[in-house]
Amino acid sequence: MNERVKTPEGRPYYKEIGTRPIRPDGVEKVTGSARFGDDFTLPGTLVGKILRSPHPHARLISVDTSNAKKIAGVKAIVTGSDFPDQPFAYTGPAVLERNMWHVTRNVIAREKVLYEGHAVAAVAAVDEKTASAALQAIAVEYEILPHVTTLDEALAPDAVLLFEDMITRGVEPAPEKPTNIARRANYEKGQIDTAWSSADLIVERSYETKPVHQGYIEPHACLAHYHPDGQADLYTSSQGHFQMRALTATLTGMRLTDIRAIPAEIGGGFGGKTVVYLEPLAMMLSKMSGFPVRMKMTRSEVFKASGPAAGTKARIKLGAKKNGTLVAAEVEMYYEAGAFPGSPFVNGVLCCVAPYTIPNVRLTGWDVVANRPKVAAYRAPGSPQSNFAFESTVDIVCKKLGLDPIAFRKMNAVQVGAELLGGRQLNHEGYLQLLEATERHPQYATELGPNQGRGFAAGYWPNAGGESGATVYVNADGTVNIATGSPDIGGSRASMAQMTAETLGISYDRVRSAVNDTTSVPFTHVTGGSRVTFATGKAVVAACETVIADLRARAAKIWDVDVDAVDWREGAAHPSSSNVGDFDPLTLGDLAARATETGGPIGSSGALNATGHAPGFSAALCDVEVDPETGHVKIIRFTVAQDAGVAIHPSYVEGQMQGAVVQGIGWALSEEYIYGPDGRLQNHGFLDYRMPVASDLPMIDPIVVEVPNPDHPFGVKGVAEAGMVTAMASVANAVADAVDRRMTSLPISPPKLAKEIAAGKAAM
Amino acid sequence: MQYSAPETIESALKLLESDDDARVMAGGTDLIVQMTSGMRSPSHVVDIKRIPELCGVVQTADGGWKIGAAVPGAELNEHVELKRDWPGFVEATDLIGSMQVQGRATPVGNLCNASPAGDAVPGMVAAGATVTVAGSNGFRDVAAHDVPAAPGRTNLEKNEFVIAVNLPPKPPNSGDAYLRFIPRTEMDIAVVGTGVFLAFGESGHVREARIALGAIAPTVVFCTEAADALIGSRLEEEAIEAAVLAARNACNPIDDKRGTAEFRVHTVGVLIKRSIAIATQRAKRQVGMD
Repeated sequence: MNERVKTPEGRPYYKEIGTRPIRPDGVEKVTGSARFGDDFTLPGTLVGKILRSPHPHARLISVDTSNAKKIAGVKAIVTGSDFPDQPFAYTGPAVLERNMWHVTRNVIAREKVLYEGHAVAAVAAVDEKTASAALQAIAVEYEILPHVTTLDEALAPDAVLLFEDMITRGVEPAPEKPTNIARRANYEKGQIDTAWSSADLIVERSYETKPVHQGYIEPHACLAHYHPDGQADLYTSSQGHFQMRALTATLTGMRLTDIRAIPAEIGGGFGGKTVVYLEPLAMMLSKMSGFPVRMKMTRSEVFKASGPAAGTKARIKLGAKKNGTLVAAEVEMYYEAGAFPGSPFVNGVLCCVAPYTIPNVRLTGWDVVANRPKVAAYRAPGSPQSNFAFESTVDIVCKKLGLDPIAFRKMNAVQVGAELLGGRQLNHEGYLQLLEATERHPQYATELGPNQGRGFAAGYWPNAGGESGATVYVNADGTVNIATGSPDIGGSRASMAQMTAETLGISYDRVRSAVNDTTSVPFTHVTGGSRVTFATGKAVVAACETVIADLRARAAKIWDVDVDAVDWREGAAHPSSSNVGDFDPLTLGDLAARATETGGPIGSSGALNATGHAPGFSAALCDVEVDPETGHVKIIRFTVAQDAGVAIHPSYVEGQMQGAVVQGIGWALSEEYIYGPDGRLQNHGFLDYRMPVASDLPMIDPIVVEVPNPDHPFGVKGVAEAGMVTAMASVANAVADAVDRRMTSLPISPPKLAKEIAAGKAAM
Repeated sequence: MQYSAPETIESALKLLESDDDARVMAGGTDLIVQMTSGMRSPSHVVDIKRIPELCGVVQTADGGWKIGAAVPGAELNEHVELKRDWPGFVEATDLIGSMQVQGRATPVGNLCNASPAGDAVPGMVAAGATVTVAGSNGFRDVAAHDVPAAPGRTNLEKNEFVIAVNLPPKPPNSGDAYLRFIPRTEMDIAVVGTGVFLAFGESGHVREARIALGAIAPTVVFCTEAADALIGSRLEEEAIEAAVLAARNACNPIDDKRGTAEFRVHTVGVLIKRSIAIATQRAKRQVGMD
């Protein structure tokens, strides 16, 4: 093992960890030679296109492809019946359930279409024009049904049902009548019903948020090539090519080993590329036509048919003592899952209370289907919505009691060792430290001008561990190759190389870091849950440690001593003491050069199911200026604090935090899916789906708090999601501070805010 | 689809006559987007950027300006004299799209695209612009606000096209301004736009006024009622409130994905006041009145 030098502050001294080297994939990305999902081509590649439903809800009576098949250049057409059906079964943990019966129907409709944009058929043809002509020639008979596109519509007593036999799960006894409510989750502690009497102040408010899209710049794209022997290649831009392989195999009836999934670069995912849309269709079209098939979505298709985040309705009730001690909290939230069950409602309700010590709590979450695209994960799935509602209510409590918002959070902070609802335990410090760091930030003391306001919010995201694999090879010239199965979204190639260099004791520039296909690295779960630097990092370090053991053994062989008498430090084998003998150190380069005579190639794999991940807490401090006449909100200052554990590559940690805040600001102020009464999406492009642009934003100041995670070799927690959790609430709290009116519905768009300000003036 | 890039106005007219489904393209920042998204599929695109007369900004003998139909926003924005005379119009044009779009997008194209929300349009209408239209019967001048007929449709005859926008000579003690409201800071479409032109008499009263409103009706509204409320006044609060009321009364907006009708009517008043203030400041700065 490396010997670590403790710094005066008690932290180990690192050579590579905590530095900011140039990313290994930087030149390719800057020069445009990096290959994304749509950049792969093979001889004879066909163009695949999808026929999508114009109706938000209809029974599919028939899909007649016979005329389309007659068009010259059309090589294959698939419909739902070309795919094996899947068993109806919910699998996986409660927070992340999946039902393949639903997944196959989302990829391509069978009995019904459930949203505008739902895939009905797919064609492969020699070119774009022929494929488009084929789509036109497919005759679909629909029996149009009434539709429900909002939570209120879906929950109405006489609402049309997406699934006529859906009985709400999680309710005892089970309801007799089917509804659009897929599932209920309920968590309780203490005596909530009697606790309210001990509160000096009770605040109860309702909130709503709209569905928003992840907004990745690269639309979904893939290339599938099914060979005559039943083997296939799948080029895919995703957050997990092992996941794409597994879903494609299941949905097309193939074996895992028969698909080689090759990861493309990925132009953003944010959770939305953990799910499958195109790959099974492209694979089946390739199988039927015998040619490679490339598919890509248009931006309009991305909006209409790929996963937004759930819209929500919330009711929050808080009880506090005069001194600010929280005594009771009740949270009830409805999450709109879209066309199929499976919104992140469980994590949603669990996360919002996690930063607090509250003796009496009741959490109820409802998963509701509606005629919209099925939601997908989006950066801390479920948590930003509940945080907005909960932290807005906390802000009201603070204002009513005249308490400083950070002092209030510190007073009520969750304690290390606490059992969190939902079965998690808080094992490490970090939350209090980030609250204190935010409190010390100069922004907190900056004086506000007219029409300006300041908002604070704190939040929680559990992060994830899970399965990861890595391989490490030492080359004859003393350079090192590492490969993982984690698509690199946030700079993970660099952080993997840094951890490799640190562990082996060599310099960063001797390590080449790659993301490899499913045949050349062990199984690796998706890049999601802020897990890669933690879990895949652990696999990389495990592989490096096996290599170090091997290098020590080779040095022992050369010196003819016992392996225990060989230490590894600073990139070289050393005798563990002068008693062992007077040997010059053997560097990694020396041993690499002598690999042939000492046992052959040097390399190892690490494959593990990483446990011991630590949660990501965050805090946000937002200053706004409101134009009281137009309701326009300008963000003038923003500070975000997060406990990173240890920042392997601080620039990428800061980038994650800043990017998360930007997305949260968009969610808070301007982004929303707008449906017409016809159930069709009206703003399916970036012009009218209003994501913030650079000039809308101030420089976002990240505070990286580092309280190491003892369960990771370098102390990593996870940083990619928690920063998003608090952004919306901090903006809403700042607006409330500026205009003295509480906006309970996102986005805080100018029409809504101008109206609210006018109503406030009228009431005075 | 056929693409032509004629080098004279006459040959452009011939091409338009030869194909009923032909479409004129200047910068193409609307047309190409519409074609890509499947909204339009003309059989013939006639690109007018190679016609030399359409590519310049010239000052006319009377001190006005003639801006060729193929002149993009970026060029106007760098034209010091034009910007000095009509800063409101130039700023209105400059608000369209991004820097890249500015390299191509033209105010004439903005007018002929006939979107209710085009930013250059209220800017040029408030400036008192006319446009010169070429057709088989020769040339005619039309008030800019008479060009759009409905969203996506103009009053031009089938074989006509606009070759220039004409701005009058700038009167003494005058100034123009254009403001729009968007939820973001750029790369967005006006929810409301207001163009204001004011000229002051020597005694400080408003001698001449023009007000144009965008995105609050199917076409740009040339609001003489609002202007009349200001003419003769010294911009007393009552006069401004009367102009605001007249402008709000002239609105005929819709609720859509970009904003509610209620918000548009409200915001027209807010922006009119702010535009009046800027135009006034510009008029007074020229003569050192403040």
